Amino acid sequence: MSEQWRISVDGRRCIGTGICAGAAPRHFMLVDAVSTPLAEQVTPDEAVLDAAHSCPMEAITVRDAAGRIIAPEP
Amino acid sequence: MTDTPTPQLSPARPYPFSPPVRPDPDPPYAQLRRTQPMVRVQLPYGEEAWLATRYADVRTVLGDPRFSRAASVDRDEPRMTPQRVDGGILAMDPPEHTRLRRLVARAFTARRVEQLRPRTREIADDLLTRMIDSGPPADLVTAFATPLPITVICELLGVPVADQDGFHVWSEAIVSTTSLPPERIREYLDNLYAYIAGLVAERRHAPRDDLISALVEARDQRDKLSETELVQLIAGLLAAGHETTVTQIPNFVYALLTHPDEWERLKSAPQLIPNAVEELMRWVPLGVGSSFPRYALEDVDIGGVRVRAGEPVIASLSSANRDETVFADPDRLDLTRAVNPHLGFGHGVHHCLGAQLARMELQVALAALLDRLPGLRLAVPEAELAWKSGLLVRGLRTLPVTW
Repeated sequence: MSEQWRISVDGRRCIGTGICAGAAPRHFMLVDAVSTPLAEQVTPDEAVLDAAHSCPMEAITVRDAAGRIIAPEP
Repeated sequence: MTDTPTPQLSPARPYPFSPPVRPDPDPPYAQLRRTQPMVRVQLPYGEEAWLATRYADVRTVLGDPRFSRAASVDRDEPRMTPQRVDGGILAMDPPEHTRLRRLVARAFTARRVEQLRPRTREIADDLLTRMIDSGPPADLVTAFATPLPITVICELLGVPVADQDGFHVWSEAIVSTTSLPPERIREYLDNLYAYIAGLVAERRHAPRDDLISALVEARDQRDKLSETELVQLIAGLLAAGHETTVTQIPNFVYALLTHPDEWERLKSAPQLIPNAVEELMRWVPLGVGSSFPRYALEDVDIGGVRVRAGEPVIASLSSANRDETVFADPDRLDLTRAVNPHLGFGHGVHHCLGAQLARMELQVALAALLDRLPGLRLAVPEAELAWKSGLLVRGLRTLPVTW
């Protein structure tokens, strides 16, 4: 599959709740209490959207291959 | 070959360690963090458990997917109450947990909550105007701390505030341990669920711009959750959405009025309020004890012991928040504390859904009190204050104040 998603975390917004690392441990981990994506490009996985939609700070952005934001919802 | 000595497990200690007479963390925590950071405890009901008291271990237990809440469903879960209450979203793991959580998470983001701030301040000011008109003295619990969060969560969900005489009483069932007899807890929960089911039916018929309508739509048009989940989720939001903040506002005010230097500091520097709320979240041990054990899904080495697969672990937020390896001078209330990664709202997938809402409400409550009642003080000697008992949370029955 060439279709890949791109994950970014805004470290200034992140408050280290650990929600993303718990909901999608294959995609996020906390480094010094700040969420960090394990890989910036990933094969589409609902868990990534779950994590982005569950973040109270909306610190996680997921873009599709064309660069459109697919999470969080506006 | 040498025999590995089997570590002698000391008998499980009864837990919680002491009754909630003041908002002080149990003294044994400090000693345990130093000498026995993973200790065997026996809660009032259910099987024995490990108790984690160090900050790093608490974060691991709450944040690491090797520890499960869902596994508690089939076990005699360590708990504070004789009855097993349906855990709902608190007894789920990802991805089931996340499926439900993301339906409501949008309503509780920092961005959404910020839009509620002006209205929250308006409610706070109205309540204080009424309190000032009829006092001093006044009971801050009934005049201010209770109606403020209830009004906010009702408006957000779309629950008529006028119905609070019913649901506020029933909500106690969610945080009760021994304050209510088991049959009364069941009765209150049934009342609460029936009441919510009625609101769900109303919104299904005539949707409005509120969270209940949005959740009904998520169920009916997108089949995202079951009817039982829908009702339990809303009941949980309504109850958790106010029981905790209702309790924390008086706890915070108590903490400040018994630390007059800090209260004065806040008066002269109100820009410190957000920082003060974080420090008070750290310093006030809201939970009487900890519960909601996580079950190890595999053997995990943590805090110097090996937790075997299938064993439950309880994580003490109150102890973690006083861990001297993370917080300098941890027992001191310091509103200017710079480094404060407290766990007052928990950690991991079950991190408090309403954390941003609670932060905003607590900030508004303190700001309104400082503006309107700078001379606020206790109306009775501190020793006369009565603390609630038989609940999961530590709080004041009444908080008599004058100004």
